[in-house]
Amino acid sequence: MDVANWLARASEDAEARGLPQLKTLLETLARSTQALRDADAEFGHPAAPSSEPADTNGDSR
Amino acid sequence: MVIPASLVEAAQRIEGREISPVELTNACLERIAARNDALHAFITVLADQALAEAKRAEKEIANGKYRGALHGIPVSIKDLIDVAGVPTTCGSAVPARRALYDAPVVANLRRAGAIIIGKTNLHEFAFGTTSDETAFGPVRHPLDPARSPGGSSGGAAVAIVEGMCLGSLGTDTGGSIRIPSAACGITGLKPTVGEISCDEVVPLSTTLDHVGPMARTVDDAALLYAAMREGKVDASDRPVAPDCALWLSVPAPYFLDKLDADVRRLFGDARAALERAGHGIQDVAIAHAERTADVYLHIVLPEAAWYHAPLLAVHAQRYSPGVRLRLEMGGYILAEDYARAMHARTVLRRAVDRALEGVDALMLPALAIAGPPIGAASVGVEGGMEPVRGIMLRLTQLFNITGHPAIAIPCGRGRDGLPRGLQLVGHRGGTERLLAVAAAIERQMIGGAGSVGGGVG
Repeated sequence: MDVANWLARASEDAEARGLPQLKTLLETLARSTQALRDADAEFGHPAAPSSEPADTNGDSR
Repeated sequence: MVIPASLVEAAQRIEGREISPVELTNACLERIAARNDALHAFITVLADQALAEAKRAEKEIANGKYRGALHGIPVSIKDLIDVAGVPTTCGSAVPARRALYDAPVVANLRRAGAIIIGKTNLHEFAFGTTSDETAFGPVRHPLDPARSPGGSSGGAAVAIVEGMCLGSLGTDTGGSIRIPSAACGITGLKPTVGEISCDEVVPLSTTLDHVGPMARTVDDAALLYAAMREGKVDASDRPVAPDCALWLSVPAPYFLDKLDADVRRLFGDARAALERAGHGIQDVAIAHAERTADVYLHIVLPEAAWYHAPLLAVHAQRYSPGVRLRLEMGGYILAEDYARAMHARTVLRRAVDRALEGVDALMLPALAIAGPPIGAASVGVEGGMEPVRGIMLRLTQLFNITGHPAIAIPCGRGRDGLPRGLQLVGHRGGTERLLAVAAAIERQMIGGAGSVGGGVG
C-alpha cells in the first residue's frame, strides 16, 4: 500500500473512531514513513534497485 | 543531617560508622517531606518499610556483616519497575498493577543491601520526555519549578538532586535516563542493551528499553550498575580512570546541527579543555544519522501499541490525551514499515560501530536544550522553533536503536543557570570501559561530585 493510500485509510478510520485529533499526527507519521521508504536503497534493502551495473547474465549468484 | 554529596561518600561514612543507615534514611525522608509536594518527584514513599530495612542494615553492619557500598543506602525506583507489594502506577490513571514480586533488578539491589525508599514519578508509561503528562502532578525542575526536569525518568533525577535518595533506577527507551540527567545536572547511564534485566518492568518498546542507574557521579552510577547486574558490589566496581590520553570522536554532522547557544558553548569548552589536557579528539560522521528519528518512530510506536492495545480497549479515557494519541498512532503502522525500520537498525548499528573504530568513545551533547517550560509544545533553538519531543530525543535515541552503552554527565550551567549535559557513547559490551572513560573526563574537567550545588543540606 502506498503512503498516500495508507494515510487516507488511517485518517478515515481515526475519524470513524472519534479521534479526529489523530489526523494531524498521522500526516506527520506519513511523511516519516515516506522518508523511511525512500531510504531503502541507502539502507541496502536487498531487493532495492541498485546503482551498480546490472548482472548481464541474469544470474543472481 | 547534611545529605552526603555522593553515594560513595555516604558509603564510606556508613562503613566508618560516622553515620548510620537509619540516620541517612530519616534525612532522605525529611527531604521528601519538605519538597515532594512542590516537585512531585515521588508517587509512593515507603517510609515505614525503608526505616525497617535501615534498622536491619544497621544491625547487620554492627554485627560485622557489611555487604558493600550499597549497604544501608536509600535508593528510589522509577514507578514503571515492580517492587513487591507496591502498586506499579506507571504515572497513569489507568489502574495500576500490584506487584507480587520485585523485578530482578530491584531484587539485586536489595541483595546488595540497598534500601528502597520509594517509587518515583515519570512521564506516563515512559512515553514522553518532559514528565508533565502524569496522573500524579507534573514533575518540576528543582532549579526552576516552571520548567520540566526532562523525562521520562524525571522524578528519579529530581530525587537525586534534592537529596531524597542517593541513587535512582530509571529506564531509557529513547533517552529517558540521559535526558533528565542532563537537564538536572546529574549522571545517568544507559548500559549496553540486554545487560540489565527488563523483566517485571512495564515495557514501552520491548526492543529499545533499557534499565539503568542515575546518581550524582560516575563512581556512584558504576556501583549501582554493578549491583543491578550482580546483586553485590565490591571495591573493584569503582571505575579506574585511565592515566593515558583518551581518543574520542565527535559525531559532527546531525548531532551538532541544532543546539541551544549554551549547549554549543559548553560543549565547545569541554572539548577544548580535554584537548588542552592532551586527549585526542577528532570529528567523525555516522552514516545515515539523519534517518534516526524515522527509524526510531517506526519501532517504538508499533511496539508500544502492541503492549497497550488491551489497556486502551478498556481504559482509553484514563490516559493523558497526548500519550493516548501516540499509542493509537502506533496501531496504524504497517508490518512492512516496522520490518523496514528493523533492517535499517542493523545498518545503523554497524555505522556506530564504525564510528567507534580506534577510539575510546564518542563524545556529543546529551540534550540540545535546557529543561523546557512545563507544557511547552515547541522551543526556540538557534532562531527556529523545534517540537519539544523531537529536539529532546535528537541526541540520544540513536543509541537505543543500536544498543551501544551511553552515559550523560554534567557539563556546566548555561547563562540561565540551568544545567547542560555531555554524552559519551562506548563500544557494545563495553559499559565498564565507558564508565572508566567517563570517570576520567569527569575528574579532569568537570569537577566530580555534587553537580547541582554540591552537598544538599
